[in-house]
Amino acid sequence: MDLELREVAVSAAGERIVEDVNLRVPSGGLVGLVGPNGSGKSSTLRCVYRTMRPDRGSIRLGGRNLVAMSLRESARLTAALPQESRSEFDFTVTEVVEMGRTPHRESTLKPNGYGPIEALRAVDCLHLAERGIVSLSGGEKQRVLIARALVQRPELLVLDEPTNHLDIRHQLEVLSLVRRLGITTLTALHDLNLAAAWCDHIHVLQRGRVVAGGPPGEVLTPETIGAVFGVRVHVVEHPETRVPQLLFAPAETTGT
Amino acid sequence: MNDTVTAGTTGDTPQPGPRPGDADDAEDVSEPTTRPNRRWGARLPLLCTLFGAGLLVSVICGVALGPTGIPFGKTVELLYRALRGGVVPAEDAGLYYIIWDVRLPRVLLAAVVGAGLSTVGVATQAMVRNALADPFVLGISSGASVGASAVALYGILGALGLYALSTAAFLGALGATALVYLIARTSDGLTPLRLILTGTAMSYGFSAVTTLLIFQSPNGNAAKSVMFWLLGSLGGVTWRSLPVATLVVCCGIGYLLLSGNRLNALAMGDETATTLGVDPAKFRRELFVLAAAVTGVLVAVSGAVGFVGLMLPHLVRLLVGADHRRVLPLTPLAGAVFLVWTDVLARTVAAPEQLPLGVITAAIGVPCFLLLLRRRGATLGGR
Repeated sequence: MDLELREVAVSAAGERIVEDVNLRVPSGGLVGLVGPNGSGKSSTLRCVYRTMRPDRGSIRLGGRNLVAMSLRESARLTAALPQESRSEFDFTVTEVVEMGRTPHRESTLKPNGYGPIEALRAVDCLHLAERGIVSLSGGEKQRVLIARALVQRPELLVLDEPTNHLDIRHQLEVLSLVRRLGITTLTALHDLNLAAAWCDHIHVLQRGRVVAGGPPGEVLTPETIGAVFGVRVHVVEHPETRVPQLLFAPAETTGT
Repeated sequence: MNDTVTAGTTGDTPQPGPRPGDADDAEDVSEPTTRPNRRWGARLPLLCTLFGAGLLVSVICGVALGPTGIPFGKTVELLYRALRGGVVPAEDAGLYYIIWDVRLPRVLLAAVVGAGLSTVGVATQAMVRNALADPFVLGISSGASVGASAVALYGILGALGLYALSTAAFLGALGATALVYLIARTSDGLTPLRLILTGTAMSYGFSAVTTLLIFQSPNGNAAKSVMFWLLGSLGGVTWRSLPVATLVVCCGIGYLLLSGNRLNALAMGDETATTLGVDPAKFRRELFVLAAAVTGVLVAVSGAVGFVGLMLPHLVRLLVGADHRRVLPLTPLAGAVFLVWTDVLARTVAAPEQLPLGVITAAIGVPCFLLLLRRRGATLGGR
């Protein structure tokens, strides 16, 4: 299913933090949100996974208004990895993954999707099945949470910095897994080069507004990124993958 | 059945991005997810049976043991006659009276209180997402104590006679929780930390009021009886105490047994709960009302028995893991067994004097708890 945000605006504590965001994730596509800290990436995602309510605008998944659904109904269609996630309770990995079933009844589960065991196998964590979630490393935990999202059998995956705290190998593995799954995905990413390598489209947020959007090659230009992040940027082509890669230098050394 | 289902599912999954409508046999495919986790799963039915049988034996022992020791066989015989409406020989009339009118209601109420407090403990810990919370963190016991001491020391509500104390305790508990609720509430609903801090602060306030009442009291003896009541006691329980408490506890446990999945989701955090389709604010409100009602009723009949709601959930988690779908069936049974024996100790250790239940639960609970803390430091917030 495709996801479409139209003129979405969000406030927190009386202050507008997201203004007129328009973006579309095509069915099966992987779209990235990038931008400086506080630019409204997480708030935009929160509107989609329903922990914040937009002031106005519409969020439609497969043509249906997400905001008007019950939480349970939208949770059957949307799985999310929020940034928070620390439990005081030592659930086992299997138990955490089984929680993906929470919004479902037998009749609401899509056929032929992942069960807990298959999901753990897909993220290469089957060997952790009996471990306590508290004992896992950051990378293992992130992969387990993705397995939980798979068990939810969603039409849409919303990820908030899924590569946070991961070493480079696991960063690549998580994104290539998401890519392979083929589920419509909207993700916030800090790392612009990862975004360049894995996303179909990238939207750049600045102070709550989308200031650029399009394929990575068009969006990740020295002008746009330099202006939004306040740094100097050089773009080089990855010698092997041909993906544009960004090199950074501090802004204050510019001659201009 | 499970085996064929698993085989089918495994075969189906490698294609990513399954589309709805590929097949119509949704029921079959989803089956493996309900398979319990190997680490604990198989033990639950066994443990429930064990604790259920243990509870039966404990109740009989609880009736047999006491200042007047009654032989075990005699106890069973008289209980059986009482239940089946048999005739009691004249020489056993005294024993029958002790068993049926004095001890049995007391033992059964101990079981109900133990089951209720420990189960509400599980709910409270998930609600405030803190493994060190107990039902009294919401200010319930200290609120109840204000009501109870006002009655015991100043004879307020005298018109209610015997029921004055429990009525006042219940009203105090409800008043305290309502106050905590109103103060802790924000536009985002109840947040865990705010709830704990408000409950704790209010508890100190209510305790201060209780202390003030005791110090201002003209009656020295009354102060002692308030103290005794505060630490929990089942002395003087009659059959009349049972129906309301039993009903409320059963409803509470029933509701929670149906909410295992939602409690799991809530324990993972509010954002995660939302993405799993559980409205954390609404669910927390429901749990709050449930905890206040059950604890209020129990405090009214038995005083504030500490440590049960804190410790029993942890002991049960040691046996079956953290998953609420397994913790909830076992906790009431374990809590009931625990409190039946606590009460037995309370009336036998220093007989003919009776000790407050809180002294016994603390004597058992504190060492157990410290041991737990050492063994499972990481999961209790240490690390």
